[in-house]
Amino acid sequence: MTIGEIAKLINAEVLTGEGLLSKNVLTACGADLMSDVLAFIKNQSVLITGLTNAQTVRTSEMMDIVCIVIVRGKQPAAGMLELAEESGIAVLSTSYSMYTTCGILYDKGLSGGERILA
Amino acid sequence: MPKLHFRYEVDGDDFTRAGEASSKLKQSLKQLGLSPQLVRRAAIAMYEGEINMVAHADGGVIDVDIDTVAITIVMKDTGKGIEDIGQAMKEGFSTASEEVRQMGFGAGMGLPNMKKHSDYMKVDSEVGVGTTVTMKISIADE
Repeated sequence: MTIGEIAKLINAEVLTGEGLLSKNVLTACGADLMSDVLAFIKNQSVLITGLTNAQTVRTSEMMDIVCIVIVRGKQPAAGMLELAEESGIAVLSTSYSMYTTCGILYDKGLSGGERILA
Repeated sequence: MPKLHFRYEVDGDDFTRAGEASSKLKQSLKQLGLSPQLVRRAAIAMYEGEINMVAHADGGVIDVDIDTVAITIVMKDTGKGIEDIGQAMKEGFSTASEEVRQMGFGAGMGLPNMKKHSDYMKVDSEVGVGTTVTMKISIADE
């Protein structure tokens, strides 16, 4: 599934990363706790989250996540989009809730991928 | 590969900038052609430490040495120190502020995760003096 297809499926606005829409992604994760993303996530390339701060981008950068989906139509905090652009990460915003966003994408074949427990 | 040394100053005042040093290190490691898995382990370990430096100390200094054997990351702050290192190493234990928690951190996973992503980790801390965390990530095993 491409980032562009994700945007279409969840009716999301592309806030930054227009150039990344053709990029293919295989797995995703949903989390509001960056500590968990850093500790448990492996090889997921999409982060679905309700957090909109710069650390969401930094965390994604460390984890090689290439696309952040902001749920519930939240607007990014100051500096988030600039940092994402700099880091080569696409940011999408959808009005769907976290649960529904994950459900739609999972249903269309975007899996949770491998999860490594500590 | 020649021996390399990088030094990063971490600003303790601005939480939104936490992670800049780890981002720079990650770029440098990528340019050295190290494997993506190794680069990610080093980046995660240092990023967790950098968040701790900003959340619990007033910033600090990070020295990174790279040779053919390992990436060695030494993170030194002059913050309030850790009272009980054994307790701090336990998953779920945290003294982070509400502000830090709202940013998605402070789950008590930082130090355990740094240990998980490094091959060697040592924490030296004295209350009122500061904390030094040394991590080694082995290159030779690759």
